[in-house]
Parts: sequence; C-alpha cells; structure tokens
Amino acid sequence: MQMSISDPEEIKINMTAMIDIVFQLLVFFIMTFKVVAMEGDFNIKMPLASESADSLDEELPDLITVRLDAGENGNISSITVDDSEILREATMFSDLTSIVEERLAAEGDPEQAAETEVEFDIDYNLKYSFTVKAIAAVSGKVLPDGEGIKTLIKKVKFKDIGNGL
Amino acid sequence: MRLFKKKSTEILEGDLTPMIDMTFQLIAFFMLLINFSEVDRAEEILLPSSALAVPPVVRPDYQIILNLEPSGEVVFEGLKNDIDLLNPLLSRQVDAAAREGIRDPADIAVIIRSHKDTPTGIVQELIAKCQESELQSFSLRVKDRINP
Repeated sequence: MQMSISDPEEIKINMTAMIDIVFQLLVFFIMTFKVVAMEGDFNIKMPLASESADSLDEELPDLITVRLDAGENGNISSITVDDSEILREATMFSDLTSIVEERLAAEGDPEQAAETEVEFDIDYNLKYSFTVKAIAAVSGKVLPDGEGIKTLIKKVKFKDIGNGL
Repeated sequence: MRLFKKKSTEILEGDLTPMIDMTFQLIAFFMLLINFSEVDRAEEILLPSSALAVPPVVRPDYQIILNLEPSGEVVFEGLKNDIDLLNPLLSRQVDAAAREGIRDPADIAVIIRSHKDTPTGIVQELIAKCQESELQSFSLRVKDRINP
C-alpha cells in the first residue's frame, strides 16, 4: 500500500498588519520624544520656628551669615559676610568661596567644619539666579583641573522671613 | 515565432527581517527614554544653572514639585495657582502622603523649580507658605551645567 506524502508547503504569515502597527508605534514615540536637560538640586533645610526653639539647649553649629543685596533690575550689588566683609567686585562669588574655604580651614576639626551652616539674608528683589550662584559658591568649588568638586558647606538655610510679609 | 517571453507570475518578496529587527530596536530605545512626567515640568520656566548642584539619585518617598513663575504664580500639576491660595493644595498633598504611610510632613520633599528671574523674595514667600503646612525639606532645582 502506498501512502500519500503531502508536499511540505511553506506557510506564509502576512506581516503587513504588524509592520503597520510597529511603524505607527515608532512614529508615536519619535513625535513625543523630548531631550530633557539634566537637573540637580540644592537641598535646604528650613525647620519650623517651634522646632528651632526646642533645640536651643543643643550646641549650636558655627554659623556664617551671608547678606545678598540687590541693585538695579534685581541684579546683585554686594555680598556681606558676617556683617564685616563686603564684596563688590565682579569676582564676588569666587571671593565668597575663598572666604568660606578659609573659615572651614580655620576650624581645624573636619567634623566640626562639616557642621558649619550658612544662613542667607537676601533682598526681596534679587533675581533668583544670583541666589543660586551664591548658594553654589558656598556649597563648593570646581577644582582647577575640572575633574572634581570640592564640597564646602552642606547646610544652607534662608533667614526666617516669618509671616510679616 | 514567439514575440513575448512568458512572464513569471510569482510575487517577489524581500526579506523584511532586518528591517523589523531595527524597527523594534528603535521602539525599545524611545520607550526607555520617553518621559511621561511632563505634567511636573513647566516648559516656560528657565531654571538657573550650576555645576555644583547634586543630581537626584534616589527619588524621595513623596515629593511635591512646585514650578514658580517670575510673576509669582505657582504651576502645580499643570494648573496655575496664586501663592496665597496654595494652602488647601498643600494640605491635600500632606493628607495624600499620610495615606501612603508618610505621617511626618518633614519627610515630604518639596522641589522648587523657579524661573531664574523670579525675585528671591517670592521664593521665600513660597517656602514660608509650605512651612505653614509643616513642610520642612526643600530642594532648589537647577539645570545641571557640565562645563562651568
């Protein structure tokens, strides 16, 4: 008895529909894609007034006060450190970094230096970009070789403006 | 004499496999990079830039992103709000955080994305308004500048 052997026909799947969908997905993702610039944060701790009063018994960390004054159009006019050193030149932000660096070096104990706080007292009209520049100036500096950052102050706060605005 | 050759009636099919492979790779690439959290960002706000800002490594357990315009209006979840009318919104966020297990408002991260020309006094007003809702942990978001 002879058995019939069926021809091994190639099974073809219609890919057209899948390719259509895949291209539509591709177009959707390309159209909705946006290149987003990297962002970073400066952390600021602003404890409530009641908590600050509770912690009066604790040993207070060293505090550097920095006053930022606004000139015309909200641009910065001067920086005052601890009500004594007044910076007015174009290099005021790098000068501020140098002063903070000297203060921390004078502390001697690195652990105590790490606890040092900077409190900013800022003119209402000062443009925010200058405030960020000042916070960056006390936070650290980019090393001359450009391949690293030296961290200076980790604790930054704003002078309490209360509710008297 | 035969004038015409008999044409083959078979359909010519190119090999589509490499193209489909490539297309799927492109889709995978765009899917990984797509950012659906656009509602947190207000594109019209130009952030100040700094090389010293720390890129956020770990996402906080609960965060509130407040976009501050130079006029003093706060863009929150895509809607513009006056700073003075922000308290109910912030209270709702504190309640929502509590429902997610974050009972202490001090553990809620408030991220302030302010326009670079906003007067700093308005930023401080916003911080003071957040403090009224017992929020204490603030981050000033800036654009990361690679080459200072």
